[in-house]
Amino acid sequence: MTIDAALTDRFLERAEASRLVDVAVTTMDTPIGTLLLMATTKGLVRIAFEDENRDDVLGEVAAGVSPRILDSPRRLDAVRRELERYFAGTLRDFEVPIDWSLTGAFARKVLHRTARIPYGSVASYGEVAFGVGTPRGARAVGNALGSNPIPVVVPCHRVVRTGGAIGGYGGGLPRKRWLLALEAG
Amino acid sequence: MRPTALPPFQLVFDDHAQAVLNFLTGAVGASEAEDCFQETMLSALRAYPRLGDSSNLRGWLFTIARRKAIDAYRARVRRPVPVADPDPGSALDTHPDSDDGLWDQVRSLPSKQRKAVVLRYAGDRSYPEIAAAMSTTQDSARQSVHEGLKKLRRELR
Repeated sequence: MTIDAALTDRFLERAEASRLVDVAVTTMDTPIGTLLLMATTKGLVRIAFEDENRDDVLGEVAAGVSPRILDSPRRLDAVRRELERYFAGTLRDFEVPIDWSLTGAFARKVLHRTARIPYGSVASYGEVAFGVGTPRGARAVGNALGSNPIPVVVPCHRVVRTGGAIGGYGGGLPRKRWLLALEAG
Repeated sequence: MRPTALPPFQLVFDDHAQAVLNFLTGAVGASEAEDCFQETMLSALRAYPRLGDSSNLRGWLFTIARRKAIDAYRARVRRPVPVADPDPGSALDTHPDSDDGLWDQVRSLPSKQRKAVVLRYAGDRSYPEIAAAMSTTQDSARQSVHEGLKKLRRELR
């Protein structure tokens, strides 16, 4: 049973004005499927592909960040605009602020390093491991990348296997290939 | 995940907003129901992360809604200008819920009895509190509740 939309809108407006929306959620259609976008007041905290169970993702963020989660598209306008330009091939570097709340210390280091791989190029798991000071940690790097809560914007798709094999991807290999092809121009 | 984990507030809102609105429409009338509804949901959202137990979210929301209905009554009885009776057409008619028939009847009680019954049973207020809220004596508050209940019993029979 859905309640009057105007009533919901007014509630959302007041909740935002009272700073009670800890996590804003919206969805966005893209060439690689519908993305679930979530942002705190600090920044983008989670992006999920459509084959992840929506309730599971929301539950994970409720437990890991805050259960004050509401459908609030406006806070994600800047993220949406950057993603639109990225998918159109006109944006190379994301500038939206990131909230790393869902990432542990090691994964954060790995993802920071990954975020510095330039648009259109790739690095190997070993190179990223070396870059974060654990030269033998390629497997741990793979795990950290697999748990990337903000795929696409934090470009874990740019990490491949030594020798050029594509490696793995949390969002499935077809998406990884698609993203790499987009960036190859 | 722990079974007691709190679901995203959006789900709580989606699941219970209509029932809360129905209840408030019955308790305070359609013209004030929206304000009470907004106050209820904002209070709930504010307190939500500290809620230890997620097993009865509906009951929790209704407790807050009752309090807001009381506040609305108090504000109303302090106002010198008489307030129009709640309009008869409301969400109650289109979304029957377990209590709705009863609240429909409560809404149709004469104003004094309606206030007293809602304060007593929706708000769980004591007679001194009801008397204070309605700027009347305890005896008169007791009398209004009594008359209201008698009328309800007759009509629900």
